Amino acid sequence: MNPLEEFPLIQVLNEEGQLVGDRSQISDDQLTEFLRWFTVLRTLDQRAWNLQRQGRIGTYPPFSGQEATQVGVAAALSPEDWLCGSYRDWAALIYRGVPLFYPLLSSMGHPAAGYLPDAVQALPVQVVIAAQILHAVGLAWAAKLQGQARVAVSLFGDGATSQGDFHEALNLASVMSAPTVFVCQNNRWAISVPIERQMHSQTVAQRAVAYNIEGLRVDGNDILAVYQTMKRVVERVRAGQGPVLVEAVTYRLGAHTTADDPTRYRPRDLDERLRQGEPLARLRRYLLAHGIVSDEEVAQMEEEAKALVDEAVRQAEAFPPSPPESVFDHVYGELTPQLREQRAEMARRVSSGEPGGGRRG
Amino acid sequence: MDVVASLTMIQAINQALDLALATDERVMVLGEDVGPNGGVFRATEGLYEKYGGQRVVDTPLAESAIVGSAVGLALGGMRPVAEIQFLGFIFEAMDQMSTQASRLRFRSQGRHHVPLVVRAPYGGGVRTPEIHSDSLEALFSHLPGLKVVTPSTPYDAKGMLLASIRDPDPVLFLEPMRLYRAGRQEVPEAWYEVPLGEARVVRTGDDVTLIAYGPMVPVAEAAADSLASAGISAEVVDVRTLSPLDLETLTQSVTKTGRAVIVHEAQRTGGLGAEIAASLQERAFLSLEAPITRVTGYDTPFPMPALEDWWLPDVERVKAAAEFVLHY
Ligand SMILES: Cc1ncc(C[n+]2csc(CCOP(=O)(O)OP(=O)(O)O)c2C)c(N)n1
Ligand SMILES: [Mg+2]
Repeated sequence: MNPLEEFPLIQVLNEEGQLVGDRSQISDDQLTEFLRWFTVLRTLDQRAWNLQRQGRIGTYPPFSGQEATQVGVAAALSPEDWLCGSYRDWAALIYRGVPLFYPLLSSMGHPAAGYLPDAVQALPVQVVIAAQILHAVGLAWAAKLQGQARVAVSLFGDGATSQGDFHEALNLASVMSAPTVFVCQNNRWAISVPIERQMHSQTVAQRAVAYNIEGLRVDGNDILAVYQTMKRVVERVRAGQGPVLVEAVTYRLGAHTTADDPTRYRPRDLDERLRQGEPLARLRRYLLAHGIVSDEEVAQMEEEAKALVDEAVRQAEAFPPSPPESVFDHVYGELTPQLREQRAEMARRVSSGEPGGGRRG
Repeated sequence: MDVVASLTMIQAINQALDLALATDERVMVLGEDVGPNGGVFRATEGLYEKYGGQRVVDTPLAESAIVGSAVGLALGGMRPVAEIQFLGFIFEAMDQMSTQASRLRFRSQGRHHVPLVVRAPYGGGVRTPEIHSDSLEALFSHLPGLKVVTPSTPYDAKGMLLASIRDPDPVLFLEPMRLYRAGRQEVPEAWYEVPLGEARVVRTGDDVTLIAYGPMVPVAEAAADSLASAGISAEVVDVRTLSPLDLETLTQSVTKTGRAVIVHEAQRTGGLGAEIAASLQERAFLSLEAPITRVTGYDTPFPMPALEDWWLPDVERVKAAAEFVLHY
């Protein structure tokens, strides 16, 4: 088997922003909407980076470069479908309805960022690599058991494919025929470790063969390819035709997190080459070249994005701090006798104005 | 005369690894991002360049694979030093730690043993994202066959790491993240070992013993300073090896002072403080003037950064506990 032939990269818009495939499933208006989203998300991501540098938020994991995959996946879902993603997947969550200020709140270390709005069918962002992939299988399985036409999608990185949880999830979903879509965002690095050291397979997608499920490889920087592929995949999975593994080949434009320095491990020329064809520039180029949007509209989108992000920063910074003793409130459904006692002790410390508490949030 | 250098804890750890790799060709370092990146905290900085990718190995992202294969490497004649990037992620390797690494000697009735070191940063105070700040030492101290150690100074970090690498049994080497760069200390360049299983009396005192380890040792010392200005003489003992405990040193101190406060970051229930307190009352009951008291993290998961200062034991809480036992 030649995996690169068996799993050809699905591409609709090439790196230069030229149409090389079929875009019949997607209107000009929708593409313009995607550009609007990309602009807002990119603005937010860059602002978050700056806020961290200014000490206004803590560690932040940027998603720049991965907007096409995250938005394309989220846009292909129905509101009742589940999304189980990682710390890097705020773009997908925001597209699904999580307010823009949530990732900021999260990086401010605020507990409230864990509670995503009830209307958004998603689990809190996952820090433990690959754990959420199994949750998606269970959510999908539950939907199947209850006769619901829901699918569950898991987003995870290339590094996650080395964990047992990834392989166990694919196998279990296959055995149970659980309506799960596994989306690997192969951004080619897991912190400093390049994909070539993560696996000796040529593609992530080919791993589907071992579990007898469908595998696809898509250009993850091409919103047209991701969205149209995901639409088809989600329909298939919803119709009960078994789980699917989608490898979205993408690139993280920035550092792993604000605590990371990618120049230590990414050669400069490679970095420069891989940035070509990043999703926002690619889509914008296409839309401008075909007169679907104008320069003025692009400039206006950028202005609007800036205003939205300004407002998000304001909301995050104005968010009321959690009382310290609230740390006890969601350990169990009810406070245990021990927790009740400890909560009272902390409340006493807080109200006595004890100096120990330092920064609050 | 010994050559010494003023090092931070992370530099002392780096130096110990360097020395072990240079001295013993069976030693190898494996983990996530330990290669060209030098580790996310730079513990393995420069080692990949010096010893190459066969001995300083970036593994695929899989903790169970790291520990499980390190068990095999150790059985096969190597001396693996595995890094778990943050202790909170060791749960992925829990089976290999608990049913395999720690039990092979027992299961094989002494035929096999596992000279393996697993290093992991742990503890709070640095505002990490979720799961990165957990203190899980009690879970591991509960496992027969595994040693659990944690230094609180650069000198001890190097000496205890070298002792761990030389130890014939598996050792979990816990590195207090917040002390990595908290201060410097004179550290000899040569190989030296701080024996495992020995607590350290950090300062002597007569009125109360403050028992701490890892990140809480400086907190206990600061509390002792503050108590001293109120005329109270506190002895501070750094437990250093959490399993097996040096109960002799602890008992001696508490027999002398008659009072003890145990400080750890980990949650209270089932924490190491409970084990230490139970052992001390068995051994020093008639010398005790007050109940042994604990200052610990609360019985919740480690909180999000915005609340961690309220959650972590601090000088105020240690002082209050000391005053409680003094005025009991
Ligand atoms: C179980 C576990 N081990 C280690 C880590 C530390 N860590 C955080 S992100 C990361 C790399 C993840 O790479 P990948 O899966 O490719 O996702 P990406 O960050 O590229 O989105 C590592 C090792 C973790 N969070 N969880
Ligand atoms: Mg990655």
